Amino acid sequence: MKPRPSTGRKLADLVVKGLSIAASLLGIFVLGWILFEVGRRGIAALNWDFFTQLPTPPGVDGGGLSSAIVGTLIITALATVIGVPVGMMAGVYLAEVGKGTRLASVVRFTINVMMGIPSIIIGLFIYTIMVLPVGRFSGLAGAVALAIIMLPVVARTADDMLNLVPNELRESALALGLPRWRVTFAVVFRSAKSGLVTGVLLAVARVSGETAPLLFTSLNSVYWPTSISEPMSNLTVTIFNYAMSPYPDWQQAAWGASLLIMAAVLFVNIISRGMFRERKK
Amino acid sequence: MTAIRKKSAGASKSDLVYRLVAVGAAAVVLILMAGLMLELTVNSWPSIRKFGVGFLGSTSWNPVTEEFGALSSIFGTLVSTAIAMIIAVPLSLLIALFLVELAPPAISRPVGYAIELLAAVPSIIFGMWGLFVFAPFMADHVQPVLRDRLGFLPLFDGPPMGIGMLTAGIILALMVLPFITAVVRDVFRMVPPVVKEASYGMGSTTWEVTRRVTVKYGFSGLLGAVFLGLGRAVGETMAVTFVIGNSHDVSSSLFAAGNSIASTLANEFTEASEPVYLSSLIELGLVLFVMTLLIQIAAQLWIRRVAQKAGGGL
Repeated sequence: MKPRPSTGRKLADLVVKGLSIAASLLGIFVLGWILFEVGRRGIAALNWDFFTQLPTPPGVDGGGLSSAIVGTLIITALATVIGVPVGMMAGVYLAEVGKGTRLASVVRFTINVMMGIPSIIIGLFIYTIMVLPVGRFSGLAGAVALAIIMLPVVARTADDMLNLVPNELRESALALGLPRWRVTFAVVFRSAKSGLVTGVLLAVARVSGETAPLLFTSLNSVYWPTSISEPMSNLTVTIFNYAMSPYPDWQQAAWGASLLIMAAVLFVNIISRGMFRERKK
Repeated sequence: MTAIRKKSAGASKSDLVYRLVAVGAAAVVLILMAGLMLELTVNSWPSIRKFGVGFLGSTSWNPVTEEFGALSSIFGTLVSTAIAMIIAVPLSLLIALFLVELAPPAISRPVGYAIELLAAVPSIIFGMWGLFVFAPFMADHVQPVLRDRLGFLPLFDGPPMGIGMLTAGIILALMVLPFITAVVRDVFRMVPPVVKEASYGMGSTTWEVTRRVTVKYGFSGLLGAVFLGLGRAVGETMAVTFVIGNSHDVSSSLFAAGNSIASTLANEFTEASEPVYLSSLIELGLVLFVMTLLIQIAAQLWIRRVAQKAGGGL
């Protein structure tokens, strides 16, 4: 058999390899470009006042975003408190209590579908049930919206992680006479701990940078957050409002807030991934 | 086991609570989903009743005369998503190829990590970067070149403003890229080495192995990756809102400002004071919800069908 001419094939191979390297470089370049610009422009906005002062009208010096920082912390913490336990228990249902049942597969399907729902739709939903009836935007509504975004993420991670725990462990614990709930929480959870913690941290990181679900729920405010039943200031909606404004000092503050959010989100991501990787070894 | 349970009545009672709580949490998931569909439908009812099916085909969007139609938003969503997929899918394949087949682990790992981090960058950060950095870059360096070279096409006609459909599509592409890449990488990794080695043994080049063996073997998995990217791109809000220009006009030029369903919601929702206006916006949300739902369900069923087919592919 005569060998086919190889120059064309080798050339095609070389071209694809070249493109492949170029595509990877492009991906890294874009990440670097974003980090660089946010870092450069954000640093310029950060100072003591930024963290300690309330927002000022455009053109007035010395304002800060302290209320938005605290608001974001409150909303994210509330969302975590609401979303994580429910998500965790839904994961327990999938992997332990309802394992193999028809309902479990329906719930799993729904959770997967829920993960794909755009966050703005979740915001819209919460608006219709928590804002429209009382006629007032509220920090609590924002937290619930974020909790609903966390729920499927946490549930699915819990499901995956609990499924990795070998059945022998459950059987041995049951054989010792432990009730089911203790088997789950004292044995299975402990065994899957690092995975579960990673899942929760990634979910928190994800929602802490969310903007769209807060637009119609928590809205924003220029005041210090005092009540969760009132509109609550937060960093991401502030970024949106300030960036769209024509005032340079507001736009600069938006960069500062962007840097803060990005640093926090990436920090949690890197920590949790590192932790998971270490435990896996 | 039943014997043990009978022995300790306290344990069985606590187990019952445990089960109920778990079932309750699972029920919350189903209730939320049902509630979401119900609420969106009920609240868009005034708009559905007023505009009927015509809502989907009308380009009018006039809060003063209260005439609303979804066409420009749907058009923008589809166009920006299409641009994003056209760019992101080939790039993801190439990056995954690099990570799995070409790069040694010492390079592949940090590169893969960087791409994963790109997925963690919040939408609003992409928006800030898009509006203040990337859009001016497009206006100064990319769009003039495109217009000079390809200006005879209506797609690349018009003033290079930076913001607009094309810029939104490119930023969307960058945002979904890491998600598609992650799945493609896993699919590539799952192809058994034996199959690839057999092809290498026949004298195939890396590209030929990828095209004829890896891609063919993992095709269904790759389609799943595309669905995933599609689902994300359709509903992406903030980044698009920042750069798409927010105009209700339908234009044949990709340089022109447009809007998407999500960007319209983000921009106008808090301004909507009239009930019909609000209801129309919620109906827009319902349209977006149905779109993502269809994509998700198609993807889920596809993955499930493929997973059941033991042996063949992934």
